[in-house]
Amino acid sequence: MSRPEQVAPADVYYNEEEAHKYTTNTHIIDVQKRMTERAIELLALPEDSTCFLLDIGCGSGLSGEELSENGHVWVGLDLSPSMLNVALEREVDGDLFLQDMGQGVGFRPGSFDGAISISALQWLCNADQRGHVPHKRLARFFGTLYAALARGARAVFQLYPQTPQQMGMITAAAMKAGFTGGLVVDFPNSTRAKKMFLCLFAGVAAEVPKGLDGT
Amino acid sequence: MRLLTHNLLQCHVKGCSTNNYPLRVEATNVVHKEADFNPEFITHMLQKIEWNALRTTASALGVAELPEILPLSMEGQEELLKQIHLVLMETHIMDGKLVCPGCSHEYLVTHGVGNMLLIEDEV
Ligand SMILES: [Zn+2]
Repeated sequence: MSRPEQVAPADVYYNEEEAHKYTTNTHIIDVQKRMTERAIELLALPEDSTCFLLDIGCGSGLSGEELSENGHVWVGLDLSPSMLNVALEREVDGDLFLQDMGQGVGFRPGSFDGAISISALQWLCNADQRGHVPHKRLARFFGTLYAALARGARAVFQLYPQTPQQMGMITAAAMKAGFTGGLVVDFPNSTRAKKMFLCLFAGVAAEVPKGLDGT
Repeated sequence: MRLLTHNLLQCHVKGCSTNNYPLRVEATNVVHKEADFNPEFITHMLQKIEWNALRTTASALGVAELPEILPLSMEGQEELLKQIHLVLMETHIMDGKLVCPGCSHEYLVTHGVGNMLLIEDEV
């Protein structure tokens, strides 16, 4: 079976029919939900606090619903109008944007406390249109994402790289943009259960030192 | 799109890096939707919010007249926090457009979804 990103660009592949699958296929829903739970865990957010999060490639809002259930406020970006329409029908709680991550994320510095992305980043490695240069699109994406995250925030990407070279290209682009971090592989010895998460850190959060109290 | 999100949005057309904020709201449909009041979250987000831009937008849309200056601490400011909650979390731009003050690019909003797509020579 081919991966969807090898068949067609995201806005073409996720047409009405494919988008519909994401609301009816219980297996897809279950897998997405579990991967989102794991991504949230890897974000290591402060306990019991409501955070402002970005969901990159939010699709029909399955991952967003998981963010809402965990008490967070979120913004979702996706390139597929059909998927966003399904998200609207399902009345998800996040604010939605039709956006191409290769064009960058248009948010002010330090806006988000974290970002997640489930099965979306590999799309960025394709050159679907004339003028698309994957490494330039990756650079623009990671550069603007780094700026939009608060210092100390994390970005966690669950992804399916097509080749080790592709994984290398993605990681190199992230490091160039200033991120640190690396790859987390769950269940590396199982072909079915194996999952990859690129965990990126946007700088270090530091507490303001306490003033002297004169005692 | 909540006014919270609008307040954090800036124009991302290539080369438009000064005077690219806040995007002017030309809304044809603004709605109020109830949301749970979470004073800790509002206080947290106030560190990221551009207060003057929020005041201008809230006033232009006729949602609320916010004070010119925020108190140094939000402790005990329950009424003000509720007013800010109404503006940030309960006011949604459903249809209209967001216009960049610098390059005049128009971002359409339809059913609450903002269209941030650029054409290739704007990237
Ligand atoms: Zn502009």
